[in-house]
Amino acid sequence: MNEAQGAAMIEIRDVHKWFGDFHVLKNINLTVAKGERIVICGPSGSGKSTLIRCINRLEAHQQGNIIVDGIELTDNLKQIDAIRSEVGMVFQDFNLFPHLTVLENLVLAPHLVRRMPRAEAEEIAMNYLGRVRIPDQANKYPGQLSGGQQQRVAIARSLCMSPKIMLFDEVTSALDPEMVKEVLDVMIGLADEGMTMLVVTHEMGFARTVANRVIFMDLGQIIEENEPRAFFEAPQHERTRNFLEQILSH
Amino acid sequence: MAFVASRPEPTLPAPVAAAGVLGWLRQNLFSSPINTLVTIIVLYAIYRIVDPLISWAFINAVWTGTSADACPDGHGACWAFVRARFRQIVYGDYPLDQLWRINVLYAIFAGGLVALMYPRTPGRKWVGLFMLTGFPVVAFLLLVGGVFGLRFVGTNNWGGLMLTLVVAVTAIVGSIPLGLILALGRRSEMKAIRSVSTAFIELWRGVPLIAVLFMASALFPLFTPEGVNFDKLVRTLLAFAIFSSAFMAEVFRGGLQAIPRGQYEAAKSLGIGYWKMMGYVILPQAIRHVIPALVNTCIGIFKETTLVLVIGLTDLLGVIQLGLSDTDWIGGGHIYASGYLFAGLAFWAFTFGMSRYSIHLERHSVSGKNQALQTL
Repeated sequence: MNEAQGAAMIEIRDVHKWFGDFHVLKNINLTVAKGERIVICGPSGSGKSTLIRCINRLEAHQQGNIIVDGIELTDNLKQIDAIRSEVGMVFQDFNLFPHLTVLENLVLAPHLVRRMPRAEAEEIAMNYLGRVRIPDQANKYPGQLSGGQQQRVAIARSLCMSPKIMLFDEVTSALDPEMVKEVLDVMIGLADEGMTMLVVTHEMGFARTVANRVIFMDLGQIIEENEPRAFFEAPQHERTRNFLEQILSH
Repeated sequence: MAFVASRPEPTLPAPVAAAGVLGWLRQNLFSSPINTLVTIIVLYAIYRIVDPLISWAFINAVWTGTSADACPDGHGACWAFVRARFRQIVYGDYPLDQLWRINVLYAIFAGGLVALMYPRTPGRKWVGLFMLTGFPVVAFLLLVGGVFGLRFVGTNNWGGLMLTLVVAVTAIVGSIPLGLILALGRRSEMKAIRSVSTAFIELWRGVPLIAVLFMASALFPLFTPEGVNFDKLVRTLLAFAIFSSAFMAEVFRGGLQAIPRGQYEAAKSLGIGYWKMMGYVILPQAIRHVIPALVNTCIGIFKETTLVLVIGLTDLLGVIQLGLSDTDWIGGGHIYASGYLFAGLAFWAFTFGMSRYSIHLERHSVSGKNQALQTL
């Protein structure tokens, strides 16, 4: 591995997964070092979202091992909750809690899971809202915010649990074009601070500038893996070349 | 060629429809000759119905009297009957010198409800907690007695509005938590829990309430060991709560199904465990979705309490029916009509209150600010 910065944060070994009869992940092997930023791309249905959803057990794998920060993911619910509180996840559809204000969205998990006193949790929440540049929206409800603002709140909500790893699942796909940048800027800021990130995205500009490694998946397999420059300029695999041609041709 | 704005257009107020009462009348009732004719015919029909009703119910009604002789046939309504029976209607056969106990309960109950409904009551949370935990205990001790120097009053003396409220409130308050648990059980990922919940719901939902009540009053004692004697009212209350919980469960299940999967995933991804996820994220949203159906079920339960009549308990309706068969009040159909009309109005007053409160709840919990419920 190039520039391995210490111990592995995530280790995925020989992982297989099926949805019914459909073999969605086939023999996935991937090691992510602390502080690494990995972009996963590929056509829809290639299993990229399923892969990162296996890392916090929103999906269960049926074969192989996934070890996150030294803890293996099994059916043990305590361990799953422990890992989930260390792994932040941001979704395509934001999934903010619509019945709670922005601030309450942020305070909820630290208060319930970490048993943090309300005042302290609110202070941390306001701090993160400042970092995603919407502290003035703290007392609004999610439905009153734009898509880009909601997604930034969602990122801040994950950060309030001080995660060691952040998973991003096509977080800009549901946004209007003019809001994509404000969300990507927040993610770039996180990358600069050394957060370990796995990002499923079609934003190739982001992949180019931020990723340490780019992974291309197709039909449930990792087809190609390389550092961004080589990945974009000299893709090795026929299918990667086709994919890149299609998404970069506009 | 396109029309291109050459200067900023002013923002104009929306056009106003014909203003005032006269404008409204002209637009809606007298806009054309046919419309005018229809309006006149309908107004005449209303007059023909309302006028005799008013003279029957108010102008020609008899308000005082101690027997059917006071209300000759062909006159108006016989409110004298309702007045003569009013104490039984409100208190049942509760001993006269102990009525204060029921009055105290009515007062606490009404006060508690008002305090709960008014959103700015100080310590509203504690009032709610008291109404759910302390109040039932106080109610039990006061109504049954036998402790603290209170005379014991058996449930065979209970009746009227007091009994109706005891049955309705117990059934509603008991069936909500039970229904919630059943709804969660029916959506559980564990097969055993899911099967048991589904079977329970389908069993109780499929049986007529009258059958359940007969079983509770007649069949149940056959299975209890010698010497153990559950009060008939207690059995009835249990039957009502369990029966209603099956319906509540389905109401809640509907609400749970309306919550997108993303809400569960977001909560899980933050490390929030099952019960906290349900309590803080899923149920608050699900319950908001089902407020109309929930109140609908509550109103249904409230009216179904009248079925306790068939197992010999005399609730509000039962007291009136009993009074009508009293030899003092054997008279024409107008006495019957008066009695049942009053019973209907009494029930309607309660259920209409529930309905209005539900509308208020909907407006304020899904407030205009919180449109996310639609967008997510």
